[in-house]
Amino acid sequence: MRARANSIPARIPPGWVESPLLLLPAAVVFCAFFLFPMGRLALIGGSGPLGWGAYGAALSDPRYLASLASTILLAAATTLVTLIVSTVSGVFLTRHRFSGRSLVVSMLTLPLAFPGVVIGFMVIMLGGRQGLIPSMTDALFGERWVFAYSMTGLFIGYLYFSIPRTILTIMASAEKLDPRIEEAARSLGAGPMRVALDVIVPALKPALVAAGAICFATAMGAFGTAFTLATRINVLPMVIYTEFTLQANIAMAAALSFVLGAITWAALALARSVSGTSVAAAG
Amino acid sequence: MTQGPADRSIQRGPGRGITFWLQLLITVLLCVFLILPVMMSLLAGFTANYLEGWSSGLTTAWLIKVLAEYHASIALSLQVAFACLACNLLIGVPAAYALFRSPSRASRVIEELLVMPVAVPGLATALALIVTFGGLGEWRQSWLFILIGHVLFTLPFMVRSVLAVMSSIDLAALEEAARSLGANFWQRMVYVVLPNSAGGIVAGSLMVVTLSLGEFNMTLLLHTPLTKTLPVGLADAYASLRLEVGSAYTVIFFVLIVPLLIALQRVNGRSR
Amino acid sequence: MTSDGVSVRLANCARTFTDGTRALKGCDLVIESGETIVLLGPSGCGKTTLLRIIAGLDFPDPGGHVCFDERDVTELPVEKRGVGMVFQSYALFPNMDVAQNIAYGLTVRRIAGAERDRRVTEMLAMMRIEELRHRRIDQLSGGQRQRVALARAIAARPKVLLLDEPLTALDARLRDELRLEIDQLLRTLGITAIYVTHDQTEAMALADRVVVMNQGQIEQTGTPRQIYETPATAFVTAFIGTMNQLSGNVSAGFLTVGSSRIAVDAPDGPAALLFRPEDLRLSAEADAHFTATVTSCLYFGDHLRLTLNVGSEQSLIARLAPREQIAIGQRVGCVITSSQIQTDIRPRSGV
Repeated sequence: MRARANSIPARIPPGWVESPLLLLPAAVVFCAFFLFPMGRLALIGGSGPLGWGAYGAALSDPRYLASLASTILLAAATTLVTLIVSTVSGVFLTRHRFSGRSLVVSMLTLPLAFPGVVIGFMVIMLGGRQGLIPSMTDALFGERWVFAYSMTGLFIGYLYFSIPRTILTIMASAEKLDPRIEEAARSLGAGPMRVALDVIVPALKPALVAAGAICFATAMGAFGTAFTLATRINVLPMVIYTEFTLQANIAMAAALSFVLGAITWAALALARSVSGTSVAAAG
Repeated sequence: MTQGPADRSIQRGPGRGITFWLQLLITVLLCVFLILPVMMSLLAGFTANYLEGWSSGLTTAWLIKVLAEYHASIALSLQVAFACLACNLLIGVPAAYALFRSPSRASRVIEELLVMPVAVPGLATALALIVTFGGLGEWRQSWLFILIGHVLFTLPFMVRSVLAVMSSIDLAALEEAARSLGANFWQRMVYVVLPNSAGGIVAGSLMVVTLSLGEFNMTLLLHTPLTKTLPVGLADAYASLRLEVGSAYTVIFFVLIVPLLIALQRVNGRSR
Repeated sequence: MTSDGVSVRLANCARTFTDGTRALKGCDLVIESGETIVLLGPSGCGKTTLLRIIAGLDFPDPGGHVCFDERDVTELPVEKRGVGMVFQSYALFPNMDVAQNIAYGLTVRRIAGAERDRRVTEMLAMMRIEELRHRRIDQLSGGQRQRVALARAIAARPKVLLLDEPLTALDARLRDELRLEIDQLLRTLGITAIYVTHDQTEAMALADRVVVMNQGQIEQTGTPRQIYETPATAFVTAFIGTMNQLSGNVSAGFLTVGSSRIAVDAPDGPAALLFRPEDLRLSAEADAHFTATVTSCLYFGDHLRLTLNVGSEQSLIARLAPREQIAIGQRVGCVITSSQIQTDIRPRSGV
């Protein structure tokens, strides 16, 4: 205590000396285990048989381009549907209190922690060969609609883990909505549809952008679900995995992962600049 | 949850419009969509023969089989999760305080950087770790390798949780008050900063453990046959084509995760 | 319990923030031991910045000095200055109960056990909150928190007590009540106290001397009476209370106002007569200094507030005893019982 008064001038704001020290462990871990390896990954990406052309190949080779396109498409579709469903349900749940509501909310957010594997399994339960829905369609139409192992199944799976996350963010934001603005709109004659479009959605925009960005990023990098549903699915993470483990084509895998990472990070940065807040991990 | 201002705008009055019923329908469908498969998979873990359905009878045989064969993976998952928590407490909490105290531009940049392992796909992070440290044989084989990936991934969650609480309780004013009473750095930490940030630390801890238990993308690449975590073992079980084994394994996973998730909800609900 | 307060001296204290704003422009101030000084001014005038500089939470630009009893403390941080501070938001520690909050300054200085308990009990008694000893902070009302904050600040026998708008968050009645208590407390303690507020009533009631500030500068320092009756600058005149202004032309020792002429002691030329609303009396038109028309009459229970029109659009405020009955539109005669004459005209209204 006494030492500080003598050695550190008082004018320095409190915590300025201690702060860098407190950040040091995090900084060390981050630099040593993330920045540095990522740098090496970038280099490795350019060290294979194609050299730096590997990055170009990642973006021009029809195989990779196709999987990149389908990954982006899938992520975008997931984000769109997720946002719509989450907004409708999220606002509804916030507005209408009923007994057992917290239980329902808890159950809705349960899938938050499920690994992709479990999600894939859920999809199989719903739409695999012995799944619930094929059994129903079999009973109704005489034909089994097995969707689990196609893009549809993957899409359902992605919805499964995206909706719980976004619904939490949207509910948190919906609770802070000022009801007086809605009352003003209604007093001016706006019906519920108009109020929703003109007042509620604009007010939720920051939350929607933030949640949408996270949803997109997660869907882009999601792997476990595709891994479980396997076979005919062609998303980029699967391609990277097969390049690495089955083809031992480390350079290509590295280049592809870098491209995937860059696109994801760019999407998040874009969302951040639009909303102006720090789009960190969803709670 | 307490009654908030949102309540006042509930449309009371004669008859609820079509929008209400539409919303209700969507919400109910959503609940069914999310909850039904969970129920089904839980049940499957107890069914003697999934292909035959319920008629084959309920049994705990699968559960016992899974525990016997995979208990090492379960134990490892728990080990990694708690080690990850310890690291987060030692690294993340001080970092959160440092960010709280720093001028806003610097802390914004650092926060962005910390979030990167979450934004970048787990595969890429794992790959990066392998190409850099894969040569160090002994380390590559140990569970610490998995731990690193988990720490990188969970750190932003802890930091953000603690930081959010610090901002909401006006920690700056409390610290000034403590300083005006003569407290030095450590006294402030022990008496004021840490006790009042406890809510954020607890919420962050629950989040970290939950995420670590469920982490798959990175762990799949980082693991070795000797260091399999629960999700990785789960993937293997499905590959073995006996749905019941996979389901029983899932049941165990649920038993670990669900209490954590409920606790997380409670903590978050209380802080609102 | 008395603690000998210290004298505080500020020399050339200025404060420029990193974005260029000059919160303070070279202030000098001398505060005697045991004095209660109130820093009064509108928001943004720099009074809180000045308080924080005295506290040690902020530092003056190079060249500024803060001295406690001739000892230069400019480079000492707040932890070392031995001040007691009451914050606007009270900043009570939510993780401790009332007794622990009050004891904090003692805990930190390693005063433990019996001595610490004795002091806490003493503080609780002094603030008359003995029954709150083990209460949690979130269970306290605004007034109770205020008392705990005060108790905490003085428990460690500080040399200087600093209060940053402690009553602003309370409702009017509570504010009056606590103001009285704080006044008595400060007198009993004999401690040097520096109080920041934007409320004039508080300033007048509590201060031995008032320091009126505006835009980073000290406009005037003086007793409440001096500030009110002899404001030194135009800002102080306008800021403290209401000041009426009758402008006109002086010729041959008479100020012409409307159709009346008032004898004044001023050189020829443009001039303004300044007087407070309570220094205006109604009289018969024959004996009056000037006549005016009543344009509004508001009843406040304990006084009557008249707005008077003196031809040529000059509006005056008069404060009268409440039992009079005055009609709007009535023509009255006015007598000024005390005034100042100002010969450098600044274009402002006296209302």
